[in-house]
Amino acid sequence: MSNNESTIQPINSSGIQLLNYVLCLADTNLILAQRNAECCAHGPILEQDIAITNISLDLLGQGRNFYQYAATLLNENPELKKEIEHVLPADFEGTITEDTLAYLRNERDFKNLLITELPNGDWGQTVLRQFFYSAYQYSLYEQMQQLEDAQLAAIAAKSIKEVIYHLKWSSEWVIRLGDGTAESQQRMLHALDTLWSYTGELFIPATFETNAGIDLPSIKSTWTEKIKDVLTEATLPLPFGEDKKETFMHSGGKQGMHTEYMGFILAEMQSLQRTYPGATW
Amino acid sequence: MVNQSSISVEDITQIVAQVPDPEVPVLTIEDLGILRGINIIGDEVEVIITPTYSGCPAMDMISMNIRLALIENGYKNVKVTSVLSPAWTTDWMSEAGKQKLKAYGIAPPQYDSNKEPVVECPQCQSSNTKLLSQFGSTACKALYQCNDCKEPFDYFKCH
Repeated sequence: MSNNESTIQPINSSGIQLLNYVLCLADTNLILAQRNAECCAHGPILEQDIAITNISLDLLGQGRNFYQYAATLLNENPELKKEIEHVLPADFEGTITEDTLAYLRNERDFKNLLITELPNGDWGQTVLRQFFYSAYQYSLYEQMQQLEDAQLAAIAAKSIKEVIYHLKWSSEWVIRLGDGTAESQQRMLHALDTLWSYTGELFIPATFETNAGIDLPSIKSTWTEKIKDVLTEATLPLPFGEDKKETFMHSGGKQGMHTEYMGFILAEMQSLQRTYPGATW
Repeated sequence: MVNQSSISVEDITQIVAQVPDPEVPVLTIEDLGILRGINIIGDEVEVIITPTYSGCPAMDMISMNIRLALIENGYKNVKVTSVLSPAWTTDWMSEAGKQKLKAYGIAPPQYDSNKEPVVECPQCQSSNTKLLSQFGSTACKALYQCNDCKEPFDYFKCH
């Protein structure tokens, strides 16, 4: 073996799996941050406009931390970098940064959960989606902060403190609207109907998740309990239970198979960097 | 240029500790507890900071201001490193910092692990206040209102 070869870390499947897992976490946070940011100046009242955009900012920050970690993994391992070169523009060269990963990858390379890319709908749908996601994130980060991977553990320990506020806020809104007026309850029923079939994907492991050290069935059971408590208090019907037949669940986001909404999000989010590569201000 | 052998952690701390938080300018980064360490390797000065919230937009500016403050004082080889672990907590805010916040009109963080904290109005000191929103003008603050003097105010929330 030449000296040159010995300095290159071997490429193995666990390296790619970790990279894809980190990208999935980054993409999911970024896309929901982007969706929530659409509420900026469109919230129902000023305080709630500020709340949803604060949550957007927290998710963007968490997404950035995951992208920065993914960029470090890539830059430290040239073999791994080779594996994802085909997803970047042909003329791309140099160091990969968080911005490269967020702005220069295509729809099929994004691994975000489908639920995050759905349109915001009305306020009921916006807060119910946030509630489903925050409850999931809370259980996920609880486990992730125990991982041996020091960077994932650090991001999780940092983020969970933010998620506690998101979960409290979104639970309160689901209860207020579910147990509110006839109109608000009708809207929550509609939101539940629209979103429920996108919640299954949270717990269907992708290949890159199987060795991530995260116990998805246990997250699912904690999540289900939380959903049950809050929906019950909101006087909303449970979409699951022994008397209900299994609902069809959408999936594919983790594998890059997205809904028709995804392309529009990226078109808006990436247009500046695509039109003026490397633009800063 | 400062002589390499004369660089001391104390001198660097004195300069860096004075850098204000751009969003709450009465507080320095030392008051906030986000200044986590200083390393000197040869003629390189490394300042370690930690973000308050993951998405805090002030971090990039704080990092730039640290660099500028050191360059102004003759230290050219400066590196600012951001670490996530251990995660920042309001427990690291200094007593002096809490007093400065209050004088500025922002209620400092209150600790009560079991129930909603009683937040004192920074204007009239009444404890008869109500939470308007868990989310305020920046990621680290909640919005309150005093039931007595009616003044709305920011509360630096526990984290």
